[in-house]
Amino acid sequence: MDNEIKPRRVKKKSKNRNLVALGFLILPFIVYSLFVIVPIVQAGYYGFFKWNGLGPLTHFVGFQNFITILTDSIFHKALYHNFLIVLLSLSLQIPTSLLIALLIGRRLRGSAFFRSIFFLPYILSEVIAGVMWTFIYHPQFGISNSILADFIPALKDTAFLGNPDTVFYAIFVVLWWKYFGMHMVLYIAGLQGIPEELEEAACIDGASEIQLNWHVILPLLKPTLMISLFLSIIGSIQVFDIIWSMGQGDPINSAETMVTYLYKFGFQRFNIAYGSAVAIIIFAICLITNFLYQRFTAKHQTI
Amino acid sequence: MLVQNKFRLAIRYVLLVLIAFVTLFPIILTVLGSLKSLAQLRLDLFGLPNPVLWSNYADILDPHRSIFFTNLFNSTVVMAATVFFTIMLSTMAGFALSKVQFLGRSHVYHYFLMGMLFPAAVAILPLYIEIRNLGLLDTYFGVILPQVAFGMPMFIMLARGFFMLLPKELEEASVIDGCGPWRYFMKIVLPVSAPILTTIGILSMVGSWNSYFLPLLILNSESLYTLPMGVMSFQGQYQFNWQLILAYLILAMIPVVIFYLLAQKYIIAGLLGGAVKE
Repeated sequence: MDNEIKPRRVKKKSKNRNLVALGFLILPFIVYSLFVIVPIVQAGYYGFFKWNGLGPLTHFVGFQNFITILTDSIFHKALYHNFLIVLLSLSLQIPTSLLIALLIGRRLRGSAFFRSIFFLPYILSEVIAGVMWTFIYHPQFGISNSILADFIPALKDTAFLGNPDTVFYAIFVVLWWKYFGMHMVLYIAGLQGIPEELEEAACIDGASEIQLNWHVILPLLKPTLMISLFLSIIGSIQVFDIIWSMGQGDPINSAETMVTYLYKFGFQRFNIAYGSAVAIIIFAICLITNFLYQRFTAKHQTI
Repeated sequence: MLVQNKFRLAIRYVLLVLIAFVTLFPIILTVLGSLKSLAQLRLDLFGLPNPVLWSNYADILDPHRSIFFTNLFNSTVVMAATVFFTIMLSTMAGFALSKVQFLGRSHVYHYFLMGMLFPAAVAILPLYIEIRNLGLLDTYFGVILPQVAFGMPMFIMLARGFFMLLPKELEEASVIDGCGPWRYFMKIVLPVSAPILTTIGILSMVGSWNSYFLPLLILNSESLYTLPMGVMSFQGQYQFNWQLILAYLILAMIPVVIFYLLAQKYIIAGLLGGAVKE
């Protein structure tokens, strides 16, 4: 008797649970599927057509869009700029953030105050930051027309954002300024995870501060460094607002990135299929980054 | 030894103060500039405003001369709705994915995490077509719904992580009291989850407040522009009156800076929670 009832009960209970889960999940599932998953799948489909977004999707062109994009010199520029942002972040932004995190350290009086200031640019809107820096770089109102230019002649009457040779680096400074605090916060948290005894032990062994940081702290921060590297790559792939608010990637595409390219050639010219193909390329780059990140972090964990 | 330590400490402070100054430098110049006359702005970037022109702010706040209040209102509506729906949907999903044992749970969870693999920009063009076909172009909801959806992967992850750590006794007690799952969720789980609700709320708040790319595509009427869009269109219209643009910037910045000062802890906690698990 008992044996007969029990399984049925269990079955009923688990059926109930499935229904309860359905009740909780149905709305989130619909919203998420409709606005995240469906569009990304559609992008993968549209990319093989020639389509302006109106009328039926009939003009199949195979890989034509991808060939056009990958042979377009403007896209090359965009890709190169995205790559350069990653490279400069690696060589300038991440080291400065790390240094500042080490400067703040753990037990400095007033560390919360400094941290708040350094993190402030991160929460400002990219557009507000962009317009603010457009002012700083402005040839008539900004630093090139100020007392500072009397001391640094290179600044004199320079239109940083109007000159194809300087615009990209001028914008990179803004990215640096805006995001160094985010990386710093990650490192500070990473530092807090390192047991104090280790530091004390190293000090007793007579390690200098530099030795301590280089041989003890840095290796232990590796996981945090990987996260910050990953966030920096993903962030640089999607950069748009700052570039757009500081001259739309121009003059002559000197600050073009992949997403500004997508917006200009996909949306502004209403070439939805072409833009979707650009999106697929960006998507592929994100996937590769993710894959490499997983590989690297998994490797570090097993060793 | 002691002297050396003190010396080192002093150097650390000097460096930190210097970096803090450089960080705040553009903001300080913007504040100073927003109170200057155009003539002074042209000649004297670093000087204190003389005379102090509060009228720059009055000009921005005058509804006849700028649409600042319209922008502020739109940003607030979009933000409030985004926060509300984000909290509602992410906690519902996070609850089911942590507290209910059901068939295919880990598959569903991974499905929700997929959105973290790519930035919203990748889906933006088909999304635009979809919003158009749904008749939501140039409406608040055309911005709100995708914003909520794109926030979900990370926020579901945060909510689920938090709910997993809730003690089992809570659930057992509520079952004994005859609570169904919905009542358990609404009356017991949500009230004890204030920290994670605050984190999710504040992160989605800041995200919505600062977002520009999506509204740029979806909103066409100037009367629906949010603050970042307003900043851009104002700059386009008044490009010879930088003192006014700067005042506009400061006013647009104030709300988010206040948020930040009040809720820094949660912003940083959310950032760390999101990053570490990624």
